[in-house]
Amino acid sequence: MSRVSDFSNWTCPVPLRSYPTIVMGHGGGGKLSAELVEHLFAPAFRSDALDALGDAAVLEVPAGRLAYSTDSFVVRPLFFPGGNIGALAVNGTVNDLAMMGATPRFLTVGMILEEGLPVAQLGAIVEAMAAAAQAADVQIVAGDTKVVDKGHGDGIYINTSGIGVIPAGVQIAPDQARPGDVVLISGEIGLHGIAILSVREGLEFGAPVASDCAALHGLVAAMLSAHRAIHVLRDPTRGGLAATLNEIARMSRVGIEYEESRLPVPVAVAAACDMLGMDPVHIANEGKLVAIVPADAADAVLEAMRRHPLGAQATNIGRVVAQHPGVVVARTAIGGSRVVDMQVGEQLPRIC
Amino acid sequence: MKYLDEFRNPELARRLFAELHAITTRPWAIMEVCGGQTHSIIRNGIDQLLPPQIELIHGPGCPVCVTPLELIDKALAIAARPEVIFCSFGDMLRVPGSGRDLFRVKSEGGDVRIVYSPLDAVRLAQANPTREVVFFGIGFETTAPANAMAVYQAKQLGLRNFSMLVSHVLVPPAIAAIMESPDNRVQAFLAAGHVCSVMGTWAYEPLVARYRVPIVVTGFEPLDVLEGIRRTVVQLEHGEARLDNAYARAVRPEGNVTAQRMLADVFEVTDRGWRGIGVIPQSGWRLSASYRDFDAEVRFAVQDIHTQESTLCHSGEVLRGLLKPNQCPAFGRECTPRTPLGATMVSSEGACAAYYQYGRFVQLEESDVTRI
Amino acid sequence: MCLGIPGQVKEIYELNGVRMGKVDFAGITKEVCLAYVPEIGVGDYTIVHVGFAITQLDEASAQESLRLFEEMGVLQEELADEVS
Repeated sequence: MSRVSDFSNWTCPVPLRSYPTIVMGHGGGGKLSAELVEHLFAPAFRSDALDALGDAAVLEVPAGRLAYSTDSFVVRPLFFPGGNIGALAVNGTVNDLAMMGATPRFLTVGMILEEGLPVAQLGAIVEAMAAAAQAADVQIVAGDTKVVDKGHGDGIYINTSGIGVIPAGVQIAPDQARPGDVVLISGEIGLHGIAILSVREGLEFGAPVASDCAALHGLVAAMLSAHRAIHVLRDPTRGGLAATLNEIARMSRVGIEYEESRLPVPVAVAAACDMLGMDPVHIANEGKLVAIVPADAADAVLEAMRRHPLGAQATNIGRVVAQHPGVVVARTAIGGSRVVDMQVGEQLPRIC
Repeated sequence: MKYLDEFRNPELARRLFAELHAITTRPWAIMEVCGGQTHSIIRNGIDQLLPPQIELIHGPGCPVCVTPLELIDKALAIAARPEVIFCSFGDMLRVPGSGRDLFRVKSEGGDVRIVYSPLDAVRLAQANPTREVVFFGIGFETTAPANAMAVYQAKQLGLRNFSMLVSHVLVPPAIAAIMESPDNRVQAFLAAGHVCSVMGTWAYEPLVARYRVPIVVTGFEPLDVLEGIRRTVVQLEHGEARLDNAYARAVRPEGNVTAQRMLADVFEVTDRGWRGIGVIPQSGWRLSASYRDFDAEVRFAVQDIHTQESTLCHSGEVLRGLLKPNQCPAFGRECTPRTPLGATMVSSEGACAAYYQYGRFVQLEESDVTRI
Repeated sequence: MCLGIPGQVKEIYELNGVRMGKVDFAGITKEVCLAYVPEIGVGDYTIVHVGFAITQLDEASAQESLRLFEEMGVLQEELADEVS
């Protein structure tokens, strides 16, 4: 369980004034704020637009269609096996853009810090964001920081917004699933949610599981080069695969059927779900995607996915049908079937 | 032997289904008492693959669902107090009382926490000596030893800031109540495996004898459920009524004697209300006299809270198999999974909730794709 | 009711005067109260419910059940094969 990110070795590039923790002044717009930007954010997020330190970023974009998305990140604990809130905030928005087939280009970052957050933790989070942005080939072009009183936040909240460029001919949307299409998943499900639960206060358990947090735009590009007419892409984050398939079924007014025996569920995820009374299809993922593709393209897309490191375990799990529009049905291992619905709220450990 | 995948084997399930189809000649109404079995039946789609003559009636064996409205209102009143840390199993948070649930209390400032084990609540009491830690002690006989240990340990540790709101229920009196009902349709029971792991099977002998009803102790994996049903049908087809144990790897006739000793010390039998059913005599446990100091109802003076169950709700009849869920006038109107009136709509495995979900599918499905 | 899953006892110790242990569920490990299974040893399997071991699993019974299932429906299948 020692794979929780280690920030003990992080050192501030230029020592901030002698505060080891965030104080209200860090959000006050004065010298302390300026120091955070100058010594922490600017060096980590280095980009031409950010270096200009203007009131707004000025961007050069090509003609055509842009994808534009925003997402806010709150997670407890801030550091978990396989990642931290910083990596999550960058990859989450990169993935939202990628799910429209867009090439992610620019991000903005808004942070709400809680008074008392150790500066070393903030540093580690910022460093993870910078590394994730670099890996995803996106520039962080604008940012903002505010500080709230102790007790009014969970250490840090992060909002990221992103802009991506959609290549010509790509028409991906959640209402594009058609009867006869095939449902693909890019790899093992449930890893992120179980990794978080395993270190959640009061629930701790030992699990050989790390978050799958990753940027998926490279995988998407590989898929699109195999076949342009992918109908739907979606990353099954909160609510898991069940929520994603239900959303697609409703928006496309189609039914979806999948085979439970074909779902790639790691043994440890299955065991944790058994223990907590949860279902792997309701557990969050942060580095997986669902693709709905025309049947005649399925093999080509699947092959392209498997050649990419993030899609090595990609598999065909089911199909889109004209019957029972809006409803997702699982074929069970013993040959039965059941309706798979979204969770009403957060998934909770059951006793019954 | 890992005791899990072996009992989920699709090939062996197919053989058990084939056997069931071969031996079933007449209609039989069988109640699986336990919510865990209902969950397994729906989760695996077992009900659709059974011979059409076999009707499974989902019984009252979900402790979350049968916890009476009045007790939930007491929990909500206690949880809203500023000095209280209210601890509960996750299932209980969404169960509505009169107008709100524990999530709502939490959103209004109540300190409501989910625990995995009752001992976690004891640890919270140790760590927060200036707060009152209250644990919502619900459950059947399976959960009772865990809750008993929490109270016992709190007493041993001299924790004055720990108490328990107890709503324990017992299976045998519920089976008796169902059999006593003049319009009862249940012809056999699958008894709850883990309840019997704790209590043994001896308490079911008198029920078999008095009502001449087959009772088969049954586990929870697909093969366990199928084997329980198979043994029940064998008895029914032969006109027999015996107590049988189809879950011998986890259930001994005498049960867990160590746990029973603790239960006898910490709890005593009491009358208990069941949501949607009403009061069943001698069907629950409360803290015994020597642990009365740890009773949250007394400590927070909520004994005077009295709540009437909804008159619109017919879940009692549904639980006894007298009414199909969609024959209830409130079904899908006043009562939905998001606004449940009774036990059977509260849990996702409750008969009404399952019907509601599945109904969406069946109404739209032209062909009966769910049959093999 | 009563979600209970099988796991293997990996370690036994005392905490607050109570017999506790680490139980492995196919790679997941969790602290479990073993007070109600005083006879259980490291390597044995148990059913765990809300963090408590409630019974020891008996391998001979499990094998016997599985052997019985193997024999099920074989006759019906042979008959069906002959008819079809």
